[in-house]
Amino acid sequence: MLTLNVNDQIHEVDADADMPLLWALRDLLGLTGTKYGCGIAQCGVCTVLVDGAAIRSCTTPIAALAGKKITTIEGLSADSSHPVQQAWRAEEVPQCGFCQSGQILAAAALLAKTPQPSDADIEQAMAPILCRCGTYPRIRLAIQRAAKTVKESAHG
Amino acid sequence: MAERIEISRRHFLKFSAALGGGLLVGIDAAACARKEDASANRAVQPGVFAPNAWIRIGVDDSITLLVGSSEMGQGVMTAIPMLLAEELDADWSKVRAEFAPAHASYTNPINGRQHTGGSTSVRGFWQPLREAGAVTRELLLQTAAQRWNVPATECSTQPSVVIHKSSGRRLRYGELVEQAAKLPVPETAFLKEPKQFRLLGTSVPRLDTPAKLNGSALFGQDIKVPGMLIAVVARCAVFGGKLKSVDASAAKKIKGVRHVLQIDAGVAVVAEHFWAAQRGRDALKLAWDEGVAAALDSTQISASFIAAVDGGKSARNDGDVTQAWQTAAKKIEAVYEVPYLAHACMEPMNCTAHVRKDGCDVWVPTQGQATAQHQVGRHTGLKPEAIKIHTTFLGGGFGRRAEYDFVVEAVQISKQLGVPIKVIWTREDDMQHDVYRPATYNRMTAAIDTQGALSAWEHRIAGPSIFARVYPPGIKDGLDGTSVENAKNIPYAIPNVSVTYALVNAGVPVGFWRSVGSSQNVFVTECFFDEVARAAGKDPLALRRELLKDYPRHRAVLDLAAQKAAWGTALPAGRARGIAVAESFASFVAQVAEVSVENGKVRVHRVVCAVDCGTVVNPNIVAAQMESGIIFGLTAALKGEITLAHGRVQQSNFHDYPLLRFDEAPRIEVHIVSSTDPPGGVGEPGVPPIAPAVANALYALTGTPVRKLPIRL
Repeated sequence: MLTLNVNDQIHEVDADADMPLLWALRDLLGLTGTKYGCGIAQCGVCTVLVDGAAIRSCTTPIAALAGKKITTIEGLSADSSHPVQQAWRAEEVPQCGFCQSGQILAAAALLAKTPQPSDADIEQAMAPILCRCGTYPRIRLAIQRAAKTVKESAHG
Repeated sequence: MAERIEISRRHFLKFSAALGGGLLVGIDAAACARKEDASANRAVQPGVFAPNAWIRIGVDDSITLLVGSSEMGQGVMTAIPMLLAEELDADWSKVRAEFAPAHASYTNPINGRQHTGGSTSVRGFWQPLREAGAVTRELLLQTAAQRWNVPATECSTQPSVVIHKSSGRRLRYGELVEQAAKLPVPETAFLKEPKQFRLLGTSVPRLDTPAKLNGSALFGQDIKVPGMLIAVVARCAVFGGKLKSVDASAAKKIKGVRHVLQIDAGVAVVAEHFWAAQRGRDALKLAWDEGVAAALDSTQISASFIAAVDGGKSARNDGDVTQAWQTAAKKIEAVYEVPYLAHACMEPMNCTAHVRKDGCDVWVPTQGQATAQHQVGRHTGLKPEAIKIHTTFLGGGFGRRAEYDFVVEAVQISKQLGVPIKVIWTREDDMQHDVYRPATYNRMTAAIDTQGALSAWEHRIAGPSIFARVYPPGIKDGLDGTSVENAKNIPYAIPNVSVTYALVNAGVPVGFWRSVGSSQNVFVTECFFDEVARAAGKDPLALRRELLKDYPRHRAVLDLAAQKAAWGTALPAGRARGIAVAESFASFVAQVAEVSVENGKVRVHRVVCAVDCGTVVNPNIVAAQMESGIIFGLTAALKGEITLAHGRVQQSNFHDYPLLRFDEAPRIEVHIVSSTDPPGGVGEPGVPPIAPAVANALYALTGTPVRKLPIRL
């Protein structure tokens, strides 16, 4: 038995230690917002936050996560009120939507660390997550919008 | 004048009462396709209605529309409801969209079956859904008039409310539906004039956005039903190879693996979760009879195209190109090549099936509900009414999900085991067992006469045919229409034109890929056009305009894109622009790309796109689809290539079949032409012009034409 802290809930997981977090989330815990796209950390649609940092859950074994806080898209906010989710809605980012959990979490990790990111910061943070529908231009706008919201609320 | 609909002759609508109150509206969408036949024969054909109807209007004012098209990102779950809501005069906040089951009443009138492809959803349902909305609105209006005992002509509607202006009385649609269900279908109704539209032409937010922000949108991959097991299938690496033997002893020892069994596609490892199934597959010891395709390789395939290219069938033959070569002042010759491409949907193929003795449920991200249902019937012997297709959100489609191979796998495994089975393809499976965009070899020749005019154009195409695989009767006189689309019908005024096609079955399965034949032919024709323009000493835009005199919609998008991109003005050193235009799926798109070469790599800085897609349903969705087509097309222009060696696809995942990434995406501006023409498609038309726009910009920058994709400097 391994213990995982996912979205502030403690789960006991009966699985081999080398099972990737992705499959523990999806098939054992029923958290299907995290997607499988490539299995080799090339597409980033499986991105989740571990202690606030964006990581690829498809190549992260559950054994490496003892004592760490895992956040999936289901746990980012209770009501889609995270500034990134709100900005995503305002810019109408998603198309097919399959990669968007990974995109949103990568953007949330970026803004948590770098509240006012430069274009280069945004590109560096978002380049690992592929989108076949081509929502990249809107993701850029949404991150800029979220950064502005955060700034205004900080000053307000 | 508003368009009058005579309902009595249509028989495409059926009203009935919903359990617990409310109004059900059945629509026989295909009747719109059949109506011309019907009027010619003066025969009334019976309608085809789904038992659970198309539209439900509840006593609580809720309006639920069952959408038979598949949502793969193109916005159909928003655009289709908008068509209905406009003419129903519905309060948009009350409108919900659900996925429809598989049923003939959801037939797309253009495709002739329930199928999402060819950018046909809005085009196909434009008329039937607006008419259904208008007639339903008329019914509610008449119901209110009867209740108030006033002439219906004194009543009008505001969103989801009927109003009697002189008395100030109002009734919500929800208050009318129970009585409306008992009234006869109105004899006439009227469609709005465009200036009366409240919703069409506005960017109402997509209905599917909220579910795509919090992980709740259900894709095929996410399906979970009680008792379900997960399957991963081992297939032969060579197309058409057959299993010789399997040793599953090691696989069966892996914790979580429950079954190993054979199906047509290969060997399925069935487990409690994906991780166990995948490890089980890795542990199989397999021997295959690889068959003839084991010899396939890309060099040999190219050679077979070259050998065939001069022996093609004629698709178009205007004037006499041979004579034009004799009198030409200049002859321009070039060879263009494009590779096989994978679809690479972000969601790898999958399907969940539960086959029982008396019925079957299938949960699947599919573009083809009708085909899926038919195939399940073939493999189970069940009647269509016993086969329930539950469409999920699609994590991309692009033509790949028009196939049914993944459906058959899930059905065959579930049939053997009697439990629900979710088959999940790995990325490697998806990349190496795709149906690929055809590779082609193109021999181009053009003549410029002594007056400096483009006098002849010859385009010889060699390559595999999609229809030869999916529907051989679709090939007429050796021609596959998809292979020559936007080659045969280049719009330029040229007196002598010859287009030929040599069908070469190279042994690689090929399929529909976003924008199909236009995805390669527009690259070839629009790039060769720039070579011709240069040879004639003319500006590429000016020559296009000159030769498109009879094509005002092509010219209008060219002019708009050129103007917004400041065509002809100076750019910083090291940058250049290229332009291309194409009509596809009844829409017209021109794009100007601004490029440079940085550290030996092509950098696309900016793309200006002008689109005329007729009447615009939702401008924001149109813009998103243009952005999408451009980025999808840039992957093909700059990166995409599937190659074969020893019968095996050499690419396997995103490390060797890369897609355009965030930091490589250009700035994109979309400009939409205002139009009252019938709507055109938007899912695909953004793709064809981008590769030639980029290639033409590079040609302008370097002086060397780009004749092969992906672009390698």
